[in-house]
Amino acid sequence: MPQNINKAVEKVLDAYPAKVMKNRKSHMVIRETEKIQEIDANTRTIPGIITNRGCAYAGCKGVVIGPIIDMVHIVHGPIGCAYYTWGTRRNKGKTREGGQNFLEYSFCTDLGESDIVFGGEKKLIKAIDEAVALFHPKAISISATCPVGLIGDDIHQVAKQATKEYGIPVLSFSCEGYKGVSQSAGHHIANNKLMSEVIGKNEAYEAKAYSINMLGEYNIGGDEWEISRVMNKIGYHVITSMTGNSVYDEIAAAHKADLNIVQCHRSINYIAEMIEKKYGLPWIKVNFIGIASMSKSLRDMAKYFGDEELINRTEQVIAEEIAEIEEDITHYKKMCEGKTAMLFVGGSRAHHYQGLLKELGMETILAGYQFGHRDDYEGRDVIPNIKLDADSRNIEEIKVEKDQDNYQLRISEEKYKQLQEEIPLGNYKGMISEMGDGTVVIDDLNHFETEQFVKALKPDMFGSGIKDKYMVQKMGVYSKQIHSYDYAGPYAGFRGAVNFARDIAAGMNTSAWKYIISPWKKEPIITGKMGVDQVC
Amino acid sequence: MLNATPKDQIERTGLTINPAKTCQPIGAMYAALGINKCLPHSHGSQGCCSFHRMHLTRHYRDPIIASTSSFTEGSCVFGGKSNLTQGLTNIFSIYNPDVVAINTTCLSETIGDDVGEIVRDAKVPEGKTVIYASTPSYQGSHITGFSNMCKSMVSQLAVKEEDKANGKINIFPGFVEPSDMKEIKRIAKELKIEFIMYPDTSEVVNTPNTGKYEMYPSGGTTIADIKDSGNSIATLALGSYASQDAAFTLEKQCEVVPYVLKTPIGIKATDAMVMNLLELTGGSVSKELEIERGQLVDLMVDIHHHYHNKKVAIYGDPDIILALTEFVIDLGMVPKYVITGTPGKAFEKEIKEVLEAAEIKDCIVKIEGDLFGLHQMIKNDPVDMLIGNTYGKYIARAENIPLVRIGFPILDRVGHSFFPTVGYKGAMRLIEKISTAFLDKVDMECLEEDFELVM
Repeated sequence: MPQNINKAVEKVLDAYPAKVMKNRKSHMVIRETEKIQEIDANTRTIPGIITNRGCAYAGCKGVVIGPIIDMVHIVHGPIGCAYYTWGTRRNKGKTREGGQNFLEYSFCTDLGESDIVFGGEKKLIKAIDEAVALFHPKAISISATCPVGLIGDDIHQVAKQATKEYGIPVLSFSCEGYKGVSQSAGHHIANNKLMSEVIGKNEAYEAKAYSINMLGEYNIGGDEWEISRVMNKIGYHVITSMTGNSVYDEIAAAHKADLNIVQCHRSINYIAEMIEKKYGLPWIKVNFIGIASMSKSLRDMAKYFGDEELINRTEQVIAEEIAEIEEDITHYKKMCEGKTAMLFVGGSRAHHYQGLLKELGMETILAGYQFGHRDDYEGRDVIPNIKLDADSRNIEEIKVEKDQDNYQLRISEEKYKQLQEEIPLGNYKGMISEMGDGTVVIDDLNHFETEQFVKALKPDMFGSGIKDKYMVQKMGVYSKQIHSYDYAGPYAGFRGAVNFARDIAAGMNTSAWKYIISPWKKEPIITGKMGVDQVC
Repeated sequence: MLNATPKDQIERTGLTINPAKTCQPIGAMYAALGINKCLPHSHGSQGCCSFHRMHLTRHYRDPIIASTSSFTEGSCVFGGKSNLTQGLTNIFSIYNPDVVAINTTCLSETIGDDVGEIVRDAKVPEGKTVIYASTPSYQGSHITGFSNMCKSMVSQLAVKEEDKANGKINIFPGFVEPSDMKEIKRIAKELKIEFIMYPDTSEVVNTPNTGKYEMYPSGGTTIADIKDSGNSIATLALGSYASQDAAFTLEKQCEVVPYVLKTPIGIKATDAMVMNLLELTGGSVSKELEIERGQLVDLMVDIHHHYHNKKVAIYGDPDIILALTEFVIDLGMVPKYVITGTPGKAFEKEIKEVLEAAEIKDCIVKIEGDLFGLHQMIKNDPVDMLIGNTYGKYIARAENIPLVRIGFPILDRVGHSFFPTVGYKGAMRLIEKISTAFLDKVDMECLEEDFELVM
């Protein structure tokens, strides 16, 4: 546990102008485990603070919609937004037999000045025509960017018309970048549309026994494939993931499953809740990062189904898988033991990776989300107390009703209550509850704070994104990307744990760190002038 | 790979697929990083700023720092004035740059924020500078954004002072790598020329690891030098798209004579730059430079057979690919497709001149083209090599064509930003890259009985 954490926090806050100080203070919590602690989150970004946050478009198209492989995702706006989400997030996808895959493409209406002046609807209609003529896609999405909302293009009307004309689903997303305060708004916007226009539409799909959906899993570096490998081995049938490596028809059949498992709570909890309300299909919070978390999640799932054979099979697979990786993990643990980490990742991984680090003998001394809400920090119990502020109020909340034909209780209410005592059924306890005394939790960590805390707490590893990585490494601290995995992976599941352990062990122990200070700065040169810089 | 791309082409007027350009503000951000102790600021919603930082970071594998106004929906209705005003206060008190260089996005441009007015009303601390450029994403490309920021540096900073003639030459290097800027400076030094170069990102986006993080590295052109550029003898604007607007503005403002030249890629364009500098200063070429040029010619002669008559597709930013096309022609290659995503008729004219001079007839030149279109053309009439940025790797794999990575961005290879492509040295590096790409393919694919030790 870091001793100087109070001082570090104080020093950071002291450096701020009064107004900023007050704001930032409410986004920081020093853990006292016997206390129930509150944190401010999901509020607007302070201008000029150098945030790491992105926008609603990134959350909608970049995160949730973009990974669906057999849709043509048209970005309606100037070229940048389409360009920057072209191949940059590593949501892998494999073409189904006879199916299509557009992950290697970037589609855009590329609005010009005259489109801004006279409206871009005509160009959008043309773009859809051309996409259909060239690709005959299964479905199309339209994502709005900043200027679209301002100039008043009615993308929903265009989508409706196109659906009629071509007989394929055309989904429109009003995910203008200025909506909400972060990527989070985009998740919500994407969830609403997937729920109201896709899920439940595939009636023909025949579900097998032990059918599940993997919600909030985007198959970064092949994570979903590695999890599915184990699921299949146990005997589960994964109807769809949402949305890594997913195809339209499988998402449309999601209501046929018997259990939703939620990996990324932030981005997909809306759908998990709505599916439960509409179809009677419960969800549990899982975590597939780390050996213990993975094993626990598999056991929780088996408990939910309650089938003796499935439970036995689960134990057998866990034993087999662990036996396979034990030696490697022990080896890498030796290289990681006793080291400390700081984690600052989007809306879920800053929590998920803490267990795995612990298994490698490492302590997480600081953790934070870019755009988590209070429930991701404090647990879902606080949801009734969360007040929507003016910046997020315009994100639509949709209501779903019981689907009269398809609603079906998967387990009795009694069993539900009983299971809730044992497994995270319809619940998530949040990150804070699992963090140790004297560790610090910071929401929307910015550039200044990153530098100050790395300096003060001197972690051995800083797990974050591409924008931080190199500044931290210039300070002589290994920085691991926990968004893109530094182009490696999978990191989920049993084998993923080994990959992660190998990569961070290599990262913290690579020779280059020893060479940062040049020898002529370490040892005086006898024959030269004695002019040696002090290096800290 | 790219299995959905059909061979049959249709005319597209609505849909851009796999663009050969990106939007203005990233170019402005890159230009701003070429000013000493400058923090680029993006006046829009924060997604743009994150994307632009992300992309530059991936290309340079170095910290790229910029701040943003972080618009909310409310700011779109009421304007972004309070966001920017607050932003500037926070920036100066927390991050303390000497300069803030503001660019705009499609958001603030569409709502019509008057950034100049907001800046004039803001309290800028004593001794600090704020400049701003209008960079609407729905016009031009990232090159336009770079050019607009350079123009703003001139219009808002450069001054001509009476009797302060500095005897220097201004060099506007254009949207090139830090290594290229360094190489251009080295050539100028070899010619014993006093110069002011801006922007200059060398030692900013390619910093050393010393164990100490410097938010504002030592590189970048100082404000004093940019101001002083109004007192120079002449301006060399390298690359018309990226640099000529700034040079013409400086002429209007301070009567500094502009010379617009090609980006000095290849022997011809480098010769032109060197000759222009010599004519302006009456100096002579150093022995060192003389030797380098001779080495380049020697290399061109030695291995001309590696690339003679090879068909090549070149895509990317107009200034770069114009000079590159001229160079590959000098190597004996035949440009088959030349594609830029950046709009502008000037390119068409300039590239036609180059092609006509070489009597190359069936080269397809496309302005506002995209890589999907390029791929379709290649499917119908193939080439032996692709030259361009990382995004060409999909086509390269799909069609089994070697790709030489030149331009912006290169996201999948390391080290590139430390070595120049401009000047005689850069031309030698290009030859090495091109011939290695060809020969690696021959080594991997030729019949065993045709496998050669010496090539």
